[in-house]
Amino acid sequence: MKESIFTLIDNLPLAPAIYRMRLQGDTSAITAPGQFVNLQLPHRYLRRPISVCDVSGSTLTLIYKVVGGGTADMAALHPGQPLNLLTGLGNGYDLSRSGDHPLLLGGGVGIPPLFYLARQLLAQGKQVSVILGFNTREEVFLEESFRQLGARVTVTTVDGSYGEKGFVTDHLPPEYSYFYTCGPLPMLRAVDRATATDGEFSFEERMGCGFGACMGCSCKTAAGYKRICKDGPVLRKEEILWDA
Amino acid sequence: MGRLSVDLCGLSLDNPVIPASGTFGYGYEFAELYDINLLGTFSFKGTTREPRFGNPTPRIAECTSGMINAVGLQNPGVEKVISQELPRLKACFHKPVMANVSGFSVEEYAYTCAALDREPQVGWLEVNVSCPNVHGGGMSFGTDPKAAAEVTRAVKAVTTKPVILKLSPNVTDIVAIAQACEEAGADGISLINTLLGMRIDLKTKRPVIANTMGGFSGPAIFPVALRMVYQVSRAVKIPVVGMGGVASAEDVIEMMLAGATAVEIGAENLVNPYACRDIIQALPEVMDRYHISTLKEIIGGAH
Repeated sequence: MKESIFTLIDNLPLAPAIYRMRLQGDTSAITAPGQFVNLQLPHRYLRRPISVCDVSGSTLTLIYKVVGGGTADMAALHPGQPLNLLTGLGNGYDLSRSGDHPLLLGGGVGIPPLFYLARQLLAQGKQVSVILGFNTREEVFLEESFRQLGARVTVTTVDGSYGEKGFVTDHLPPEYSYFYTCGPLPMLRAVDRATATDGEFSFEERMGCGFGACMGCSCKTAAGYKRICKDGPVLRKEEILWDA
Repeated sequence: MGRLSVDLCGLSLDNPVIPASGTFGYGYEFAELYDINLLGTFSFKGTTREPRFGNPTPRIAECTSGMINAVGLQNPGVEKVISQELPRLKACFHKPVMANVSGFSVEEYAYTCAALDREPQVGWLEVNVSCPNVHGGGMSFGTDPKAAAEVTRAVKAVTTKPVILKLSPNVTDIVAIAQACEEAGADGISLINTLLGMRIDLKTKRPVIANTMGGFSGPAIFPVALRMVYQVSRAVKIPVVGMGGVASAEDVIEMMLAGATAVEIGAENLVNPYACRDIIQALPEVMDRYHISTLKEIIGGAH
């Protein structure tokens, strides 16, 4: 973990309520895709935990959804704004388990952390399939960016207005070596039931500190109590207790 | 002795800054960030006789200049604290630590305190009779002078180290409870624990916290905490540890002027993990600015 000041480069809408923020700063503490940063906002007491969408040199990309007052404040920030970030938080995805053709399943604002993951897996020469799930056509984002990386991309919409109709779990490929997923809890439960291999899930929880001190985001797992912020946010399929 | 040093119940502290229980774990999360030996001491995560998972999530809600938590005393139980957490702490913290204890019966408080009293690393026992987040324990002992005195007597009977009673602000007359603890043999009083509060999510129209209510802390509660530290320290002869919304070196000095011998810092550690280090580093300059040569001399200076 590292505390440092980043400078906002740009902050643009990608889809309704979805924004992409790029920041310049010391990214050296970010060691794995699936980690998050905890961002301090002017006039808000607690920091906002946001997953890392991409890191390239000193440029950090975050994609977030405006869901309340804090994220609305984030969307109103202007380029040049200095922001205090805690970086390198959480465990992140384990790339060593991917096998040769991993499957990445993302739903809505759970999609961004899969981008950095896909980029790293492709750099290791893996064949990466990505399924991106949205409710409807106008919500779709990042599809073209995943294609440009070289991933095999399927987009699903619940209402069938774009791509394949249905949920991400309705369009699983016949074969994959491992899976990584992030999205709303009902989707994660469906992914758990629909997948045939081992895999990793990234979870969301309201956090106090984001670095393991306050026990605000604890959950029960087969491997004991875990803190989503420090021992997660990524948990392996076999350790998750869905009904705990 | 340095300018910052104070004496807390017969043990010397290099400075009065103490991370508060529940915001600092068992220390080693923060030892990765800075040398925690620069602290006066710290109060470790509230420990009970049995292991506890605590409350369902969400356990956290934000407020203006503060936050609500309803963690519910998650801890591995005193046996594992002694066998696993304390040895791990020993590697990174070489000063006496403050052991924070909670319970659900007088016997449980006594059992857990007696066990921790035997640990050489423990310098003080901070007995939490003020947790707002558990039912049938915690705060129910701290809202009645008789019950608080009963816990104090039971703990004092089985321990040798200084016993500090941590009090709840969620009472009509905190002075009466502090005095009851003093009469029952308490060596010190710490206050305030969190204020009972709640938030409601306008979208779901339901409480944000799964447990409905929780403990409100952060800079917003500082004036309330300061007032109670002032009232209690004027009414008792034993030392008072002040806490509640402390976020700067100036706040530490203000708490000490109100009557605190030492000062705990809680919520601020969660938003700025370096808060205690920064405050200790800032103290000498702030003291100079206000013509304070030693911190010892300002305790209760506003009385």
